[in-house]
Amino acid sequence: MPDYHQILTFLGMVVVAGPLLLTAVLGVSSLLDWKLSEEATSRMVHAAVTSGLLAAFVILASMLNLGTRHITIDLGNWVVIPHHYHFSVKFIFDRLSVPFAILSFVLSGTIGAFATKYMHRERGFNRFFSLYAIFVLGMIVTSVAGTIETLFAGWELVGLSSALLVAFFQERAAPARNGLWVWVIYRVSDAALLLAAVAMHHLRGEGDFDQLLGAGDWPYEYSAIAPHQALVVGLLLLVAAAGKSALVPFSGWLPRAMEGPTPSSAVFYGALSVHLGAFLLLRVGPLLERSAWLCAAVVAIGLATSVLAYLAGSVQTDIKSALSYASLSQVGLIVAEVGIGLRYVALVHLLGHACLRTLQFVRAPTLLQDYRALENAIGGRLPRADTPWGRLAPRQHHHAWLYRLGLERGYLDSLLRDYAVVPFVRVFRWCDALERAWTDLLSGEASRESDQVKPHFGSIEEFS
Amino acid sequence: MNLLYLPWLEMAIAVAMAGAPAISLLRDPNRAYRWGLAFTGLKFSCAFLAWLAFALGVPAEEAARRSVQPYMFGRTLFALDELSAPLVPAVALLHFLTVLATARTTRRRFSFSYSLATGAIRLATFSCTEPWVLIALLAAATVPPYVELLNRGRPTRVYALHMAVFVALLVAGWWLVETAGRPESPTATAWWVTVPLLAAILVRCGTVPAHCWVTDWFEHASFGIAMLYVTPLSGVYAAVRLVLPIAPDWVLRGIGLVSLTTAVYAAGMATIQREVRRCYAHLFLSHAALVLVGLELHTELSMTASLCLWFSVILSLGGFGLTLRAVEARFGRLSLTDYHGLYEHAPTLAVCFLLTGLASVGFPGTIGFISTELLVDSAVEASPYVGFGVVAASALNGIAVLRAYFLLFTGARHVSTVSLRIGARERAAVLTLSALILGGGLFPQPGVDSRRRAAEEILLDRAERPLRDAHVRLRDRPLAPPLDGAPGRVPFE
Repeated sequence: MPDYHQILTFLGMVVVAGPLLLTAVLGVSSLLDWKLSEEATSRMVHAAVTSGLLAAFVILASMLNLGTRHITIDLGNWVVIPHHYHFSVKFIFDRLSVPFAILSFVLSGTIGAFATKYMHRERGFNRFFSLYAIFVLGMIVTSVAGTIETLFAGWELVGLSSALLVAFFQERAAPARNGLWVWVIYRVSDAALLLAAVAMHHLRGEGDFDQLLGAGDWPYEYSAIAPHQALVVGLLLLVAAAGKSALVPFSGWLPRAMEGPTPSSAVFYGALSVHLGAFLLLRVGPLLERSAWLCAAVVAIGLATSVLAYLAGSVQTDIKSALSYASLSQVGLIVAEVGIGLRYVALVHLLGHACLRTLQFVRAPTLLQDYRALENAIGGRLPRADTPWGRLAPRQHHHAWLYRLGLERGYLDSLLRDYAVVPFVRVFRWCDALERAWTDLLSGEASRESDQVKPHFGSIEEFS
Repeated sequence: MNLLYLPWLEMAIAVAMAGAPAISLLRDPNRAYRWGLAFTGLKFSCAFLAWLAFALGVPAEEAARRSVQPYMFGRTLFALDELSAPLVPAVALLHFLTVLATARTTRRRFSFSYSLATGAIRLATFSCTEPWVLIALLAAATVPPYVELLNRGRPTRVYALHMAVFVALLVAGWWLVETAGRPESPTATAWWVTVPLLAAILVRCGTVPAHCWVTDWFEHASFGIAMLYVTPLSGVYAAVRLVLPIAPDWVLRGIGLVSLTTAVYAAGMATIQREVRRCYAHLFLSHAALVLVGLELHTELSMTASLCLWFSVILSLGGFGLTLRAVEARFGRLSLTDYHGLYEHAPTLAVCFLLTGLASVGFPGTIGFISTELLVDSAVEASPYVGFGVVAASALNGIAVLRAYFLLFTGARHVSTVSLRIGARERAAVLTLSALILGGGLFPQPGVDSRRRAAEEILLDRAERPLRDAHVRLRDRPLAPPLDGAPGRVPFE
């Protein structure tokens, strides 16, 4: 007869195994170019999400019933170099991870069901669900990760699937361009998280959250790490969270992400993906508390994001962008709550906000249709009530700058482009020109055949 | 007799050496392809069996007893050790898969006999530890690419100049080491003794500013030949065998710094390239430099990381190269200035492109993940700045890979009246590499163990060299006459 811990271990495995199997099946079929039917794909998605969700619910029920606040499932060392390094795979189920995992399953399942209809007969149906499976796996691994390295693996999976989903409608250049922009921001975020992970590993000798964040159950852990160390690691984690959650100064990618199909916008940028940074900060909360400066930075970035998102959201002209900024303003508040130390408030805020925003995103396309029908019925525009803030706001001409600030989305994208991307590209293009001159000199002739390559390959038949 | 007792390594080299001249006589590209495939397949099988024998612990004496090397050279020159055991079959596999995936349209351009010749030299190089023989092999390996450029009527000066400098520095460097006398320890090595050797390694590995020959080589050679020449990282092998055992710490730190600069610079360059081959060449340069960074830190962790990354680079960048080559075979050389919309034409190639490209930058679930983790860990241990550099290079490489993916596979779809989907042989090649990349990513421990043992061996060699050399000096020293009736010095034995 299996004991209580063995049953919970099994259930914990099911939570992760469902998305993992789904990813494996859809990934291998993509690799082998096997076309799965829409029905088969839908069933697999349904089975994977339902099994994971049920297992997570049973774990939650057991924890509530038995008063257990923290369950660790240690799968042992994945890689070990004696005396130097170990990478252990460990999952933790506590008051933070279980609600977040359940939220991920509920929203992913809802959107999965929605997408099977929404994407029906779409050419990229299988591609969408392959990326969806990677995303769900990444979310679940991140949610229940017991070590910073495991969290990093999940974090990267979420990043890749998100960037590729932004570029889902790949016949147009704009989605691909936006997908690349999202990927660049995510790489910065990943790099910061990787450095933080390694730094934490070195500080405590291992990457387990139990060791890093000290004794106690979430949210009452106490970290013994020195304040100056906490500040360095915490700032890296804050950069990672800012990239993932589109906090200032990385907010520009969020409206770009709306290029993807509605289901992915809903579940990824409106509900789950955008909250991942806040989740990370909640997970490392004890670390933040070790440094007042760090807490202040978290609060400042959260509030700045919230204000900026409110301003930008107020002047958006399409519903998805307006919703994405509305989402961001709430995420900013959640981050500020984490910085203040209100972790339960932040968690509840996060859960509620994610559900509401998913509903709004999924409703958005039909809402427009309904508005149109109503306006046709009454033969004019629907009356529009002014918001309380709108009534209070002064309407003088000199406040046009505020409007412009919102319209330009805080100039954040322009700043990143003009002061980071453009100088970077210019420097390396200059180096490239130097290399060309050098090889031309050595060759005694034009050395680059690649200069003759046309921007486009022309007629495919020429090469086939 | 156990089948594994046979000298499989020699047979692999012999098969390649026999195949190269035989195939050069064939004029029909399709016949050359079939025979090339047979020879490279046989070569890979022999190399695999050699590795299997090593991995199963078959005593080296058994193969040595049946070897022809003592008759030919008077001693055993080519043998596997912990470092070379997995590299040899990996290189042979890459050669085999490159030949296998050669499309009909490129068979006339791809030289199967040169591929076999370079394969033979490469296997011999990777199984050799004798310094002068290794130097001779490294020098010999520079010739077939030069002939390839001549045969294609392309400019040779950039390549020839760099390789001439490399060979000259290599020979001069080792001559200096030999004539100056082996130092008592790496720390006692005079700086001027190691400088030419170091410079040679940096040139061969394509370290900034001596890196332009790599991009120039990719510009002018056929993609398959170009990839096979650089991907095994022969320069890194030379560094491990020739430089690491004798170089003082500060010299290694210097190489590490230059390599780190190269890693970041090449990664940055890869992100702005306007053509696919150049992007690939810069990705390769960045990865080769990252491998060197790990080696030059010369801790057990960094060495293990570096050797893991080396193996990962052979598979992932090899697979990435094969995918690009398959794309080129269909659409010609591709610019990175416009969106080509190739996904719908070749979805499997798109998936393989992403998989191999992301494996090279250490994406979770692939073979590169754990090596990147280990490398970053050991780099941060050495210095936070080194760690930052490694992470920055990795992040930039990731951006370069996805940028290339978006530019090649997204964009307006073009209608084609013929199928441009991946062929069966190409599919077999890229799927084999994909399976290894994913298998190594999901079950990394055996690979890490093997590389750790190799790292320990290298570090032990570096640490014990002073003792061994002292042993040799004492043994060779003439006996001093006894003083005042004291007993004479007993030779150290």
